[in-house]
Amino acid sequence: MTEEFNVLEHELVPEHHILPKKEVAKVLKELNLGKDQLPKIRLSDPCIRALDAIGGPVEEGMIIKIVRRSDTSGMSVCYRLVVRG
Amino acid sequence: MMVTGVTKRISAIRFAMLSPEEIRKMSATKVITADTYDDDGFPIDMGLMDPHLGVIEPGLRCKTCGKKVDECPGHFGHIDLAMPVIHVGYVKEIKKLLQSTCRSCGRLLLTKDQAQEYVSQRDRMEELTGDSFESSHISAESAKDASSRTMCPHCNAVQLKITLDKPTTFREEGHKLTPKEVRERLERVPDGDLIVLGIAPSVCRPEWMVLTALPVPPVTVRPSITLDSGDRSEDDVTHKLVDVLRINQRLRENRDAGAPQLIVEDLWELLQYHVTTYFDNQTSGIPPARHRSGRPLKTLVQRLKGKEGRFRSNLSGKRVNFSARTVISPDPMLSINEVGVPIAAARELTVPIRVTERNLAIAKEMCARGPAPEGPVYKPGVNYVIRTDGRRIKITDKNAETVAEVVEPGYVVERHLLDGDIVLFNRQPSLHRMSIMAHEVRVMPYKTFRFNLCVCPPYNADFDGDEMNLHALQSEEARAEAKVLMRVQEHILSPRFGGPVIGAIHDHITGSFILTHKNSSFTREETMKILEKAGVASLPKPAVKSPVERWTGKQLFSMILPTDLHMTFKSSICQKCNECMKEKCENDAFVVIRNGQLISGTIDEKALGAFKGRVLDKLSRDYGSDASRAFIDKATKIAVGAITIRGFTTGIDDEDIPNQAKREIDDAMVQARLKVEEHIKAYRNGELEQMPGRSLEETLEVEIMKVLGKARDTAGQIAGRHLGLENSAVIMARCGARGSMLNLSQMAGAIGQQAVRGERLSRGYWNRTLPHFKQGDLGSQARGFIKNSYKSGLTPTEYFFHSMGGREGLVDTAVRTSRSGYMQRRLINALEDLKVMQDGTVRNTADTIIQFLYGEDNIDPARSVQGDPVDVDDVLLTVLGDKGELIAQIQEKGVVSYGIQDRDMLETPEESEAGDDSDFDIGGEGE
Ligand SMILES: [Mg+2]
Ligand SMILES: [Zn+2]
Ligand SMILES: [Zn+2]
Ligand SMILES: [Zn+2]
Repeated sequence: MTEEFNVLEHELVPEHHILPKKEVAKVLKELNLGKDQLPKIRLSDPCIRALDAIGGPVEEGMIIKIVRRSDTSGMSVCYRLVVRG
Repeated sequence: MMVTGVTKRISAIRFAMLSPEEIRKMSATKVITADTYDDDGFPIDMGLMDPHLGVIEPGLRCKTCGKKVDECPGHFGHIDLAMPVIHVGYVKEIKKLLQSTCRSCGRLLLTKDQAQEYVSQRDRMEELTGDSFESSHISAESAKDASSRTMCPHCNAVQLKITLDKPTTFREEGHKLTPKEVRERLERVPDGDLIVLGIAPSVCRPEWMVLTALPVPPVTVRPSITLDSGDRSEDDVTHKLVDVLRINQRLRENRDAGAPQLIVEDLWELLQYHVTTYFDNQTSGIPPARHRSGRPLKTLVQRLKGKEGRFRSNLSGKRVNFSARTVISPDPMLSINEVGVPIAAARELTVPIRVTERNLAIAKEMCARGPAPEGPVYKPGVNYVIRTDGRRIKITDKNAETVAEVVEPGYVVERHLLDGDIVLFNRQPSLHRMSIMAHEVRVMPYKTFRFNLCVCPPYNADFDGDEMNLHALQSEEARAEAKVLMRVQEHILSPRFGGPVIGAIHDHITGSFILTHKNSSFTREETMKILEKAGVASLPKPAVKSPVERWTGKQLFSMILPTDLHMTFKSSICQKCNECMKEKCENDAFVVIRNGQLISGTIDEKALGAFKGRVLDKLSRDYGSDASRAFIDKATKIAVGAITIRGFTTGIDDEDIPNQAKREIDDAMVQARLKVEEHIKAYRNGELEQMPGRSLEETLEVEIMKVLGKARDTAGQIAGRHLGLENSAVIMARCGARGSMLNLSQMAGAIGQQAVRGERLSRGYWNRTLPHFKQGDLGSQARGFIKNSYKSGLTPTEYFFHSMGGREGLVDTAVRTSRSGYMQRRLINALEDLKVMQDGTVRNTADTIIQFLYGEDNIDPARSVQGDPVDVDDVLLTVLGDKGELIAQIQEKGVVSYGIQDRDMLETPEESEAGDDSDFDIGGEGE
């Protein structure tokens, strides 16, 4: 495998975005959730490492917005909390 | 958070270890003697049956709490061990601790900074609500880090390598560590260092993992039973404790008497063995302790573990009352919502009825009939009456009348089942929700449960001896809920693939084919017979008036369709002609329904069948479950009516073909054999052209397979020419009732190549399959090609090859079922407590999110159209009507059966014929 390979560009990997700090509170309020209720994603996840390299540092406690294509609903959005590991 | 209706909430569960002090403190008595009862049969004080440990004999009172049998919960005792022994359950932890702590000062082999780092990691994780898995991950990491050090950072002592000799012996560079030494080392580990390893020292000191006192479970946990002969038989756990006590006693005596070290050590090891097997009698590395009869003892771990263990058999699965189990049999006259219950079962299963002013008379009458009313007509009796004070009175023939007198409002009467009662009906393995559905009772004579054949597919039932379970619901809420959510008619559409799972099978499909194919028509009498069963009251105008009045089957079928139904689709019998002739199709395979009238086409599996039935699909989607239930019930009856009038049978002569055809098949087989030999010759002479990406041998195999595959297809085609729709077997295969054309061509034409692991047979003897062949023979006969048909009969070698192929099939299914059963269990355990919340999110019991939207698209798969949210074709037909010639251009969606596709190795993809009937193999289904 070459170094330049970027998982995020693979067609089977959904879009990953870092949720900007100022939007976190708004999104959580919309979802009526606490941070701890979100699904998790590890810092060691290939997508997170790729994001870290491209979009600046990703740290524990940040929220990642994942957008998937769906045959049935067009698009589906979910959020994950970055955790150690 | 306040939750109404809940007075106490579990906020946390903590697992801790028992300290020896705690064991002694909670002990009701010390146990010192291995004897249980004295000569008079009384339990010996400070023995294993000491009355302080609880009572098992009725009438006696517990010496600890003074209560009687069912009131006293039993009390623990304890045994003081002469020498400490390792607890098998903790060897892994002990090993980890010994390896990661210093052998001289007992400190964790990490510097202060390293330790601090792990502690803060743990704190961070707790803040982000990490689970126990993450916690154990950190512990493992710190222990690994510490044990890799060879010198103590605190006292500079050199560390030696600790190994574990399974199951319970620890060695340090080969030198044996006694449990006593192990315990001393663990005692030295300071509290602060334990936290780094994920151990809470306040409730779990590591030295407690080496036992000095052993708790003795209450007698209620290990009751002794008195045999008919008067002898007492003790529980396995008691037997094991006797062993422990005996050796413990001998060890103490020898040690105190100053016996040689060797003898003491032997006894010590024996004590370790007994304590180990007391916990787990399947510890690897030591022989299991056995009963006198040779049966291995069932000790503590064996009580909990496995299918018969406490968890799977008593906690996850329970036995219930008000249930029945018997053999099932079919009854097409029942509605799909009904279940026939034998009288004998109906008189055992009861429904509690609360007596009020209004039903008092009925309750009294039923009660007076007693538990076994006689008479030609089934009338419900009563088995029990529950008085207002909660007392339960058993009704007998003798007391029935008198109890009936005193029944008054407020009583509860447990009456027998009645027609219309809602019950749950189930067949194992319960793999999907349609495995348990609610049915309405029909009490019937004889001894089997009966139901409509259309309900066979969801239960995956047949009648070769299958048994099913029935549960009588006991509360009004349960009945209401079952009726709304679990009734059969609510499950016509499956959430698994968004199509019908309940629908016609076998003769039911054949019947509708006979009824509707081409111009089949019926006389007045026949018509009346067919329609009468379906409850159709009026006859339509006859399609033919003279010489005799005749009604077409299409007319009759239209009688049960809703009057505003429009549908267009192709039947199962469609030959997939290059250019579809539509309504003028010569096979009558183009179904057109307009305004509830079947204008053209044949009603077969594609219309009514379970899994594929388009009409069922449309009806239950657009007209609701009541209408589709009514339709299925009527369709069953007219199909059965039609097949009864015409008569239908199949026999071996359905596979008869003329001698001329037989000769043609033989010729084709000879040609194929010669051609294979030609290929082999070319291969041997090195003239075979190698295929890209394949070796020469592989190329030859592919070529040979091609030839043989074609040969079998040719045989099938030759046979097929003589197998027309006048042939019952062909009717069944073509309309989707049972069997496939492939099956038929194997019966009439040739069976073809047998395969193991997708290759021609090759193994058995040196370079040959059987000793009858020359070594290295690659010819068709020597490698498992069967040129005969099932009907003409197989030669002995062919038969052997066929068995080889068949064996693989059987092994495959056996492996598949066991593996999928295990997967199912794991999946269910992982998913059982997820639920869809009001806001559409899917959450677990910790209230954390699993999905932000159910299925990520919020689509109920049961209401989807084969998984899609909208049926575009149907919308087009509805909006554009018949102008929708567009529809024809829209490719008909291939509705694929969900069954396992049985790929035939000889079929090339483009000429493959649907051979998805995986259950047509020799050996057949179990049962
Ligand atoms: Mg069966
Ligand atoms: Zn007691
Ligand atoms: Zn040290
Ligand atoms: Zn056609």
